[in-house]
Amino acid sequence: MLPFFWMLSTALKEPIEVYSLPIRWIPKNPQWGNFYKAMTIMPFGRYFLNSIIITSLCILGTLISCSLAAFSFAKLRFRGKDLLFLLVLSTMMLPAHVTMIPKYVLFKYLKWLDTFKPLIVPSFFGVGAFNIFLLRQFFLGIPEELADAARIDGCSSFKIYWNLTLPLAKPTLIAVTIFDFMGTWNDFMSPLIYINSEKRWTVSLALAAFRGGEGAEGIFNLMMAATIIVILPCIIVFFFFQRYFIQGVVVTGLKG
Amino acid sequence: MSSKRKVSRLYLKEEREAYLFLLPWMLGFIFFTSGPMIASLILSLFEWNGLTSPIWTGVNNYINIFHDPLFWQSLKVTSLYSFGSIPIRILFGLLIAILMNQAIKGIGIFRTIYYLPSVVSGVAVAVLWRWLLNPDFGLINILLSKIGLQGPAWLYDEKWVIPAFILMSLWSFGSIMIVFLASLQGVPTELYEAAKVDGANPWNIFWKITIPLISPALLFNLINSIIGSFQVFTAGYIMTNGGPANASLFYVLYLYRNAFVYFQLGYSSALAYILFLIILGLTILMLKSSSAWVYYQGGIGR
Repeated sequence: MLPFFWMLSTALKEPIEVYSLPIRWIPKNPQWGNFYKAMTIMPFGRYFLNSIIITSLCILGTLISCSLAAFSFAKLRFRGKDLLFLLVLSTMMLPAHVTMIPKYVLFKYLKWLDTFKPLIVPSFFGVGAFNIFLLRQFFLGIPEELADAARIDGCSSFKIYWNLTLPLAKPTLIAVTIFDFMGTWNDFMSPLIYINSEKRWTVSLALAAFRGGEGAEGIFNLMMAATIIVILPCIIVFFFFQRYFIQGVVVTGLKG
Repeated sequence: MSSKRKVSRLYLKEEREAYLFLLPWMLGFIFFTSGPMIASLILSLFEWNGLTSPIWTGVNNYINIFHDPLFWQSLKVTSLYSFGSIPIRILFGLLIAILMNQAIKGIGIFRTIYYLPSVVSGVAVAVLWRWLLNPDFGLINILLSKIGLQGPAWLYDEKWVIPAFILMSLWSFGSIMIVFLASLQGVPTELYEAAKVDGANPWNIFWKITIPLISPALLFNLINSIIGSFQVFTAGYIMTNGGPANASLFYVLYLYRNAFVYFQLGYSSALAYILFLIILGLTILMLKSSSAWVYYQGGIGR
């Protein structure tokens, strides 16, 4: 926990104080204005907007495509179900870096480089196997009787999915949302590869560039301030939803 | 007769709907997962800079990798880091989980606090620790000096840069701890009570009861940690960019460089495939060995 306090303490210091010894934990003259300065040295407003757009669209895509797939695996009967699910599981073990280069080539060919598309589109196609797994486990727990009754009345699978299963799955859907939010908001490598223009930077790229190259020693207090602001959304989300978070980690740990 | 046909018609309808539901995932699997995987293998047999036509070179990339000192260096760096950080993190996570298992009250707060660092963005962690590890003004060396030790130059010292990363990795033991905690809570208390009645000492209890019963969680944490530690990128890129003198050249960092800085797409695809095989190999090794030391409560019936 210490590092967090140190971060906050540094963020509030005057420039000279940052480098003074012996150290002080409480700054003599807290510079709350550092936060504002950090955010305006570079146009963080735009970076936040970029991150928000990408993250929310990703979450949307994931929720839709993964819940559809999970519903299929959990509730519907069809040939090849087990084999396909095995494929889903196997993708969970794949290191992302193996597919990184061909995906880059693909997006280059599609002329999607330096746009948000490579970061968003895959999520609409169920790329998060872990989410499919999580949702499927939950769907399996929903009793069949309700669905059977609906089916006898002639309901299509989609209606069952939409009106019956999804509302019941709220907790798990929230867990998926949170995991996806964290993953996308904090993602560094993908934006690094696909985005070039400064105006399209995500918050993670901006923070990395904040250091201004090797050893930009003079602005550590502002850097800490910027860091705090960048991680704030994650911390807030975490505090509000920790129950779902930890539950998700546990489910994979015990059943996996 | 007619009911049989009706059932199969309903079945076909359900099957059709299932495939429809799976369509997005299937497309994703083809275009974003399996396709690229195969493409990666094919790419590794070519020399390509992404602009001009690819040149066929067969297994030359792999041969060159074998002779590439930086390849071996990056393997060494990554392995050192893994073998350093994994045991420490798992031990630490286990210890804290055991401690927390005792205190029932307030467990929620501590759980939150200890898990919090894992939630923070990789970039933020890297930036923060870059400052913490500052040789002159960073918190780490300042604390060390308070107990009379002269802290090393950490990220600027070839010998200490990997230990610096290992130290940093300790911070994110949260998810390991949580898995252990959940597993610990699943151990039947009757076993502990029976052992106490038989007069067993805490050491024996730990090794003969606790460890075997949480071995599935241990396996999970081990595999996850291995897979994760071999893919370190963000921290390396931001904190040292492989320096000083390639002492922190993590494998994925080297891969990234070959692909997006030197534009050697074929060579880096080969590097990527080797990484895949290494991780796959280690995982299989872990799984195979697991039958010897992992004990599943209620029998193996997954």
